[in-house]
Amino acid sequence: MPQIVAKTGNEAMAEAMRQINPDVVAAYPITPATEIVMIFSQFVADGLVDTVYVPVESEHSAMSATLAASAAGARAMTGTSSQGLALMYELLPIVSALRLPIVMPEVNRALSGPINIHNDHSDTFAARDFGWLHIFSENSQEAYDNMLQAIRIAEHPKVKLPAMVTTDGFIISHCLEKIEMLDDATVKEYVGKFPAYTNLLDLKNPVTVGALDLQNYYFEHKMQVAEAMKAAKDIIVEVGKDFGRKFGREYGLFEKYKMDDAEIAIVCLGSTAGSAKAVIDEYRAKGIKIGLLKIRIYRPFPVEEIAAALEPMKAVAVVEKCDGFAAKGGPLFDEIRSALYDKKKKPLTVNYITGLGGREVTHKHIMEIFDELKAVADTGVIKELIQYKGVR
Amino acid sequence: MAAPKELGWKELAEGDVLKAGTAVEFHTGDWRSQRPVKDDKTCINCMFCYIYCPDSAIKLKDGKVESIDLDFCKGCGICHNVCPVKPVKSISMVSER
Repeated sequence: MPQIVAKTGNEAMAEAMRQINPDVVAAYPITPATEIVMIFSQFVADGLVDTVYVPVESEHSAMSATLAASAAGARAMTGTSSQGLALMYELLPIVSALRLPIVMPEVNRALSGPINIHNDHSDTFAARDFGWLHIFSENSQEAYDNMLQAIRIAEHPKVKLPAMVTTDGFIISHCLEKIEMLDDATVKEYVGKFPAYTNLLDLKNPVTVGALDLQNYYFEHKMQVAEAMKAAKDIIVEVGKDFGRKFGREYGLFEKYKMDDAEIAIVCLGSTAGSAKAVIDEYRAKGIKIGLLKIRIYRPFPVEEIAAALEPMKAVAVVEKCDGFAAKGGPLFDEIRSALYDKKKKPLTVNYITGLGGREVTHKHIMEIFDELKAVADTGVIKELIQYKGVR
Repeated sequence: MAAPKELGWKELAEGDVLKAGTAVEFHTGDWRSQRPVKDDKTCINCMFCYIYCPDSAIKLKDGKVESIDLDFCKGCGICHNVCPVKPVKSISMVSER
């Protein structure tokens, strides 16, 4: 029987890992993700899981050991945040190239510098081109559900790609929320046995992993990753629907909130979506037709689906917690605008960069964004394409 | 001899995970700039070179060092370095030029 429990985002993710019961976890602590692997190490010490826990000396080693364990046929996991993820960058594209379905909880935190431990999305956005699936969570419940689904998606024979499941540092990772947890046996059955597509320890069928791959073959192997990423989209939808049928909470590529008759919409990710929903409810009560498109899957980027959902809007604001320093708006803004390019009817599209380094994104900020966006829709004029909301 | 057909992305092993032993047909000894030469007369068959060789290029036969496989020896000189025979080491390095 499912149980209603109170869990922080980190606790929810650690509990998901306990129920997944991976063969190997190699991890190094980093705020605000420390708790995930710390709680998990207690599960190991208490004998609640069968996992071999490898306490490594850095995140580079954590991902190296996780990669190696996965290549040896183990269901292997790790967890990290920000600078820790940055230290893993060298290994991340190797994991996807080797088609190792590692699932990693990642707590979004601002990249240094200046040094900061609070939430924004600069860390995983910078890791967007490494062939990993990126799954964002709005709250602890989604963090828990996404962890379980990520196993099914990543390990699917048509995908075989690593996945990072993210939460917003402190805002989700450290806030206690009510969540519904499945029972251990149900999760055990749901995640099933690890398929071990690559098994370095199979001495009867010895393999070489990580061979040199130059001008004549590298391209073909990257093509395989590109195709797997495309194939992942349908699998994500399939797994999300199946999760809904089995456990009552269905997931898609993104969430549409009050979009059906909306005239203007904001696009955002993670915890900001929760605040946006509250503001939308307030505005809707006053008869203002606004909606939200919450990005859940950032990689693969569901370009056609997002474009179709936003096309009917008069104006769209892309609200993101990352700059990208391209002098032309944030990375998500780039992609949303590009997605709309092929549509006949293009909404007016503006960008708001918010919440860097944990700066709070308040209801007032979101109200201002909607008010400004409404003015854009009414007048048809974009006064400022890219704005920084909440900066002094 | 016609060049072997280069396979496309649909035919190639996923993730470039290959049957072990890919180096058997890839003669990495081509990169060598110095070659080890063994003096059979002074060699004491201590097996240091066999143990230390990082490429398993030292070949044994009947418990004795028989030869050095130059298809795979990269000329690193470790065998020369560890050879304990004095005053002249049994393995010396000579230029490939």
